[in-house]
Amino acid sequence: MLTKEELIEKLTARYGEAIRVDEDSLDLPAVIIDRAKAHDLVKYLRDELGFNFLTTLCGMHYADSAPEQQFGVVYHIHNWIENVRLRIKAYLPADNVAIDTMSDLYASANWQERETYDFYGIEFKGHPDLRRILNMDEMESFPMRKEFPMEDPGRTDKDDRYFGRVPQTNNVPNNELR
Amino acid sequence: MSQPLTKKIEDRYYDEIRVRENEDGSELSILNLGPTHPATHGIFQNVLLMDGERIVDAESTVGYIHRAFEKIAENRPFYQITPLTDRMNYCSSPINNMGWWLTVEKLLNIEIPKRVQYMRVIVMELSRIADHLICNSILGVDSGAFTGFLHIFTYREHIYEIFEEISGARLTTNMGRIGGFERDWSDAAWAKIHKFMAEFPDAWEEFDRLLTRNTIFMNRCLNVGPLSVEKALQYGFTGPNLRAAGVDYDVRVAQPYCSYEDFEFNIPVGKTGDTYDRYMVRQQEVRESLKIIRQAIAKMPKEGGYHADVPDYYLPPKQDVYNNMEALIYHFKIVMGEIPVPKGEVYSCVEGGNGELGFYLVSDGSRVPFRLHFRRPCFIYYQYYTEMIKGGYLSDAILILSSLNVIAGELDA
Repeated sequence: MLTKEELIEKLTARYGEAIRVDEDSLDLPAVIIDRAKAHDLVKYLRDELGFNFLTTLCGMHYADSAPEQQFGVVYHIHNWIENVRLRIKAYLPADNVAIDTMSDLYASANWQERETYDFYGIEFKGHPDLRRILNMDEMESFPMRKEFPMEDPGRTDKDDRYFGRVPQTNNVPNNELR
Repeated sequence: MSQPLTKKIEDRYYDEIRVRENEDGSELSILNLGPTHPATHGIFQNVLLMDGERIVDAESTVGYIHRAFEKIAENRPFYQITPLTDRMNYCSSPINNMGWWLTVEKLLNIEIPKRVQYMRVIVMELSRIADHLICNSILGVDSGAFTGFLHIFTYREHIYEIFEEISGARLTTNMGRIGGFERDWSDAAWAKIHKFMAEFPDAWEEFDRLLTRNTIFMNRCLNVGPLSVEKALQYGFTGPNLRAAGVDYDVRVAQPYCSYEDFEFNIPVGKTGDTYDRYMVRQQEVRESLKIIRQAIAKMPKEGGYHADVPDYYLPPKQDVYNNMEALIYHFKIVMGEIPVPKGEVYSCVEGGNGELGFYLVSDGSRVPFRLHFRRPCFIYYQYYTEMIKGGYLSDAILILSSLNVIAGELDA
């Protein structure tokens, strides 16, 4: 049996400084990896530790974080033999939003990376066909980024200030976009 | 304005067409299947490069009913996200609803009474039956057998009547609350469930006799769109389509939720993963679902109410809201989405109608999710569709599409 502790131990031994445990996770074992090592890590997990299935892959935008941690890609991979799941997170800096593609390891990453590119503008290096997928090709912005306003910015009835909180970052007027 | 997309694909094929013409004088043509076509059951476009009746190459375009659910979810308190989940796989919305509540309850660490869990199992299995019923009967329609569809469709109506009795809605159910159901199931709802359970199994066997050994149906389905285990795993297939290929992965068994471990049931698997196997797996899964519902009804505890005792998250009775200060405060806070939420990330999944339906919820402690990602099984496996239909006939492509049970709402979210 591959336990959570063993798994983390093995990964730390192999990647040392480049990897650390993600404390935010409330359920699955989770690690944060340097983006340069992400592809190597997933390849290692797939080939050596039997993580045969890429469950899901998605982008993140940490608008309030430091510039070198503005974006992220989160992978959920799953070992079906041992029934162990692992969450892998890789942070990307704002000035170079790019990471290696996983579509050579798991074919299912292809469209999911296209989706992530479509919504976050994250570039997947080595992806065979990195185009928009759900939005129209002519679109210029990346709508899941936090600065992209969703509703009429003039609307105030849902303002967090009424609940004693700092306003959310997505109330940016339309003309300040891009 | 959105015209160039189709044009681009045609441009891409333009060279191929010319090369082929020069080589052997045969003529390739481009066929635009969709976005709206009566045989595609949803809004997907596939641009096909055809050599007569055979498909040489295909390119699919998705996103026609994209509604930005993940973005909307970042602006909604938790209880307002259920209506979004309804609209993903709208053939089995209660599974999506329950999957979402399970995710929230995992984040909030709420213990759910056994009775509520069994009730949830009943609704989820009923919706699985509705989902598979539609898929298999429509497969019949696409291969020319309309009778089975007309006959069995009544029973989906009965299932929707049960949903209506439980939640007030039929298709987009918006069922449940954090911690349980919004109200206890009425006697009428139970009566309808019992009536359905008494009548449906026979009707299903009748439907089975009508279609399963029908020569025309078998000839149309056998060896059409086969799927190997390797490809299925590579392309992220889950659910009945994966099981038809021969892998017995089912979230209900792999990571039991909602007390699925209390029930005896089998996971049907196929061998070749072709259209016929997918059909057969769904046929059998409906029988297994019936088995689960029967056990859930038999084991249903008398005590336990219809929701967990969590005043912070569960709306108080309306009577108390009008008469009791505490209850009024809770009511106001819950409706405004002001519930105590811990910081953290959870991933929770259920076995949806089409496979592993996952919710990756990132909470920063505010009333809305910081990020919510839906793992939509359809979106992930639909990318293999173009590979599956290459080299086959156009009429087979239609059958493969309906046997994969691709639901546009889930594909595009």
